Amino acid sequence: MNWLDTILQGVLLGGLYALFAAGLSLVFGIMRLVNLAHGDLIVLAAFLILVLVTTLGLNPFISALVAMPLMFAIGWALQYFLLNRTLGKDILPPLLVTFGLSIVIQNGLLEGFSADSRRVFAGSIESASVNLGPVTAGIMPLMTFFSAVAVIVGLNQLIYRTSVGRAFRATSDDPVTAGLMGIRPQRIFAMATGLAMVVVTIAALYLGTRANFDPTSGPSRLIYAFEAVIIGGLGSLWGTLAGGIILGVAQTVGAAINPEWQILAGHLAFLGVLLFKPRGLFPRAVD
Amino acid sequence: MTMAIPSFTVETRTRASTLSAMAVIALLLLAFAAPFIVSRGVIQDLFFILTMLVLAQNWNLLAGYAGLISVGQQAFVGFGAYTMFGAVILFGVDPVVAILIAGLFSVALAIPTAFFTFRLYGPYFAIGTWVVAEVVRLLLAQWKALGGGTGTSLPREATREMIGVNMMRDLFGMKASEAGDALTYWLALILVIATVGFIYGLLRSKQGLGLAAVRDNEQAARAVGVDARRMKTLVYLATAFITGIAGALIYVQKARISPDAAFSVTDWTAYVIFIVVIGGIGTIEGPILGVIIFFLLQNLLADFGSWYLLMLGLLGIAIMLFAPRGLWGLFSDRTGIQLFPVRRVLKGGPLNLTHKGGPHG
Repeated sequence: MNWLDTILQGVLLGGLYALFAAGLSLVFGIMRLVNLAHGDLIVLAAFLILVLVTTLGLNPFISALVAMPLMFAIGWALQYFLLNRTLGKDILPPLLVTFGLSIVIQNGLLEGFSADSRRVFAGSIESASVNLGPVTAGIMPLMTFFSAVAVIVGLNQLIYRTSVGRAFRATSDDPVTAGLMGIRPQRIFAMATGLAMVVVTIAALYLGTRANFDPTSGPSRLIYAFEAVIIGGLGSLWGTLAGGIILGVAQTVGAAINPEWQILAGHLAFLGVLLFKPRGLFPRAVD
Repeated sequence: MTMAIPSFTVETRTRASTLSAMAVIALLLLAFAAPFIVSRGVIQDLFFILTMLVLAQNWNLLAGYAGLISVGQQAFVGFGAYTMFGAVILFGVDPVVAILIAGLFSVALAIPTAFFTFRLYGPYFAIGTWVVAEVVRLLLAQWKALGGGTGTSLPREATREMIGVNMMRDLFGMKASEAGDALTYWLALILVIATVGFIYGLLRSKQGLGLAAVRDNEQAARAVGVDARRMKTLVYLATAFITGIAGALIYVQKARISPDAAFSVTDWTAYVIFIVVIGGIGTIEGPILGVIIFFLLQNLLADFGSWYLLMLGLLGIAIMLFAPRGLWGLFSDRTGIQLFPVRRVLKGGPLNLTHKGGPHG
């Protein structure tokens, strides 16, 4: 019975990791850019939500809605004015610039908010739970998981059903030819990063309400996102969800055996997948 | 009428390099004499500069020449340091010997690490190395004999009775702590000479030419018979060896270890990346210039706490965008001066080819 509960908690935690990973996966899929500041941007969004909650007294969910367009603008500008300049054949400039950005965001947040652990309080919904037969699940973890599913369904609809999505796919395949067809790759890239920041804001909402965070929490969120992407296989958003679930279950099972093993167990699951299925469990992309 | 075919020679030497070789020898003699000339505080600063230079040269070889952009080199710094602590505390090995053992153990760690991370495509390799560093940190934090998560200290007797310390006390009349600092400083100096010598030798050799070819165009290099994967693996293992030694040496001097400090991304990777990027990636001179600038900035801005790191990050971004070959690259492009030339220049013959070709061979 206890084990069933552990696994359920792991699956729900996996939803959070899939939310961390979806933005990373989207940006990589469209412009082959790995943003090393992704985790720090999640933490930045969490602080933005925190500021909206504490200064305006808004409900965290409303705050996240307010934060979304702001984060979209930040992502759009970041891509258009900074990261677009680094894209090219050489993978060194984007990696080093986003690594620099990660350090800048971390230390900017440290300067602005100190190193204290923070948390966004969501009220009574935090402790509410539902009875699912033999196990109980918290409302917030359930919402996290279903938000992840909704985000993935939404992104897939966007990518495969709309004209923006067609432009995304065309630019991903061949930016030069897409440019000849009247698409401006620079703007498509900016739009994609903006969209990724909207997903990051959703992830930040559940990160901030679930547990404590501080300005240096970013790098480990990046690592979880990355592990979920690689376990699932590049290019598949549903694979990313599966990767997040595997990571989440590995962590909760590890923690159930020995609390010190939680993070380690997740990393070992990742290395195991890399050992036996180097291209991930559900690979789609050729690269 | 036949035209005499002029004879060609391929050279890498430049006039500046001959001059700089003499200047370097003079500078090294001075550096070896430093413990007799300057105070202990200065020696400790120089030790910091030298060890950061070793880490920077290694990262530069990885990222600038082999195209392996790692953000997980702290794995080898920390593992080297912990191996040294383990050998000294658990087996009573002399710290100087333990430093060498640490290098070997780091290579042993690098073999499985390479096996995993080399499966990851370009940018994901970077995060993969980071995951490995985290795994090693979490595993070592479980090792209760070495203090677990809180860490431990080297026994005082171990550093006081290191090989050479007693001899230096008798010969130069130094105190034990002074002799210890001088010894670690000399070891760091030797490590810098060995590292720069190794990298310079490698880049001027046939293997170095292959490495540059792989970096510039992997497919073309493979087509002419360069085994890219083997070259990259060898560079990865060699840098793991030197980085492990550097990590152990740094922690002989610190004499106190904890998993969070020994595997710090900021201290052993972020600083190192900024040193290389600011100085000039893909040159041997770049990290040397970078480490001097880094040291000056750190002393000027140390009181500003996180502002300092924030500015370092912005400086790194600005340089990557506007001067991707760093400050040394700017200087070298303007003046043509190379202190460690690795570019092959064709001399003689009817054509003046001295200014053709890519930056490094």
